[in-house]
Amino acid sequence: MKAEAGDLVPMSTDTTDQARKPGDPLLSIRDLSVAYRTPAGDVHAVEHVSLDLHAGEIVGLVGESGSGKSTLAYGACRLLRAPALITGGSVRYQGRRMKHPAEILQLSPEQLNSMRWREIAIVFQSAMNALNPVLNVRDQLTDVIHAHLQGSRAEALQRAGSLLDLVGIPRARLRSYPHELSGGMRQRVMIAMALATEPEVVIMDEPTTALDVVVQREILGQILELKNTLGFAILFITHDLSLLLELADRIAVMYAGQLMEVGTASEVQNEPSHPYTKRLLRSFPSLRGPRRELTGIPGTPPSLLDPPPGCPFLPRCTEGTEACTRIDVTLAQVRTSPDPNHLTACPFVLPDSSEAGTQANIEEVRR
Amino acid sequence: MSSDAVELQPAAGDLVSAAAARGSLVLEVVGLSKDFKLGRGEVLHAVRDASLGLYRGAVVALVGESGSGKSTVARMLAGQERPTAGTISLNGKPVHLANRQAFRRYKSEVQMVFQDPFASLNPAHTVRYHIERPLHLHRSSLSKEQVHKEAVSLMEQVRLTPAETFLAKYPHELSGGQRQRVSFARGLAAEPSVLLADEPVSMLDVSIRLEMLNLLDDLRKRFELAMLYITHDIASARFFADEVLVMYAGQIVERGPAEQVTQQPAHPYTQLLVSSAPDPDNLGGMLRDGGKRERPGESAGLPATNACQFSSRCPFAIDRCRAEAPPLLQISSSRAAACWRLDVAAPSLVSGEEGGGDLTS
Repeated sequence: MKAEAGDLVPMSTDTTDQARKPGDPLLSIRDLSVAYRTPAGDVHAVEHVSLDLHAGEIVGLVGESGSGKSTLAYGACRLLRAPALITGGSVRYQGRRMKHPAEILQLSPEQLNSMRWREIAIVFQSAMNALNPVLNVRDQLTDVIHAHLQGSRAEALQRAGSLLDLVGIPRARLRSYPHELSGGMRQRVMIAMALATEPEVVIMDEPTTALDVVVQREILGQILELKNTLGFAILFITHDLSLLLELADRIAVMYAGQLMEVGTASEVQNEPSHPYTKRLLRSFPSLRGPRRELTGIPGTPPSLLDPPPGCPFLPRCTEGTEACTRIDVTLAQVRTSPDPNHLTACPFVLPDSSEAGTQANIEEVRR
Repeated sequence: MSSDAVELQPAAGDLVSAAAARGSLVLEVVGLSKDFKLGRGEVLHAVRDASLGLYRGAVVALVGESGSGKSTVARMLAGQERPTAGTISLNGKPVHLANRQAFRRYKSEVQMVFQDPFASLNPAHTVRYHIERPLHLHRSSLSKEQVHKEAVSLMEQVRLTPAETFLAKYPHELSGGQRQRVSFARGLAAEPSVLLADEPVSMLDVSIRLEMLNLLDDLRKRFELAMLYITHDIASARFFADEVLVMYAGQIVERGPAEQVTQQPAHPYTQLLVSSAPDPDNLGGMLRDGGKRERPGESAGLPATNACQFSSRCPFAIDRCRAEAPPLLQISSSRAAACWRLDVAAPSLVSGEEGGGDLTS
């Protein structure tokens, strides 16, 4: 399914011709695998990951460093370069401005260019490094606008100003250079830049990790406000599950390059199914409510150079059995969940992990 | 219910630290200040008149945003920065770091663990070097054999086993968590009585942070360490510390027992900090009030030097706040906050009854 260049209608915001049926995902990642070619062999950073993002939805992608969450997002946009290699899968994107869905992994470089930022924009983690230190805010914003939209200089300038209004930065700051802005302001400029072309998908890679909690909350509030007005979907990458529980509609938990669990925020919090999710939920101290006994997760993730067979979490899992070395990690519906979209990669454990249930489950699978 | 509400008194010597219950006073800091000259006659008051005490076997948390001066306090306590004013006393004796011997003696009692385990270990040296060097420096009476033995035992204390294998490794061969364990072992090598931990877990993954905090807690108990835990994460301070000190713009604006400060914050800044922390029990909370919170003090200029530094962002600020900086005012036997408006900001705490004091349950 190869899309034509003409499929993308960059300047039109005509929404009458909707090829995408309501309920179809905006971005559909299927079986995506990404490897890093190293002299020591392939590092399997992302293995057969499938994830959907619907219009206007916030999907949180959570995982430890090195779990492949950024590689997954960047791979889906083909932003990775050698030694990273997409070894399989498909990424289908269908925005409302497009007549036909596009298979991102098969687009030509020109087609890709016309789609990037226009349809899918990214807010990078380190605003200090992502902004050009020798250009002022105005030049960086108009640069994006000129690259992806038509229009005169004056229009671009006008647009840059209104983008700053949008994120709550005074227009006088157009002349400021990145080093003259606070961390929060820089991150707001990054967000303004991502929104410059009214994309339908915004990938946010740890956008608030370097910020203080007070500023973090301000920025997240602003992101939500903008999302509600402009209607874009967000793929929010973070290592902070507690943040996602409050922010995201759905949460995808990633470990060692694979998805362990996908579900709504309330399912993940109240009925976590995968042992990793459960342990992760008990890994952060909570500020409110009774003081809980906290344990963390002893151990470290496996090497992705030569991953062990079966479940990658097994070495750190307290509920694992010998059978876990033989399972094929695939997401399946949580049997006890009424929601068909609550998926888990652990076939053995019931949501509330009563000992008897666990045992019965294992017996069942073994047979 | 206005001016003749309870008049709070500045916290003087009778304020009892929540950490004091654990053990004896080891390191005491009184009126510590640090100014940095910025040139053109401008001065940055990085730390203003900070007083605190570290007690054997207790954890005191210093919480604040980046730039609040918390690391500067730690650097002064570690002897790496010279205070502009104030005194530091170790075991009751004022500290004068006049010469190298005095500095080394002090360092053998007060050790520091840094935030970034990737930057704080020398990539050119093995773990053995990092552990044995402080042993040579601070415990020179040990024989070569004893140094070896001690290094192995330290590695076992921080649970890096088999010790010999890890001692032979280079930092790049270790994970972030393992490196931070090496930093802990190095910090303990001199057998210090005080450990200053500057954001010891914030560079680590969430899944291993707790494990590391539990390890620190374990070491605190086993070695009866007086610990200063510096963090921006007030939730972890609640979990880990006995007393919490909240810092804002160089000043300690609130102090008290960890549970009380986090559950019923008195100072408007602490309240903002607590309400800003992610609340996993508030599912979709942000979605519901989607950015409708007012943005406190984004563009307001810096307050005058002698004003309350939080006054430009504070919803309760009055003229007095902009004219006169409040000292720490005593709320209960163990709590104090630097705010003129506590009767409005935290009425239940200062209502005159032995209010709000007993939250420890």
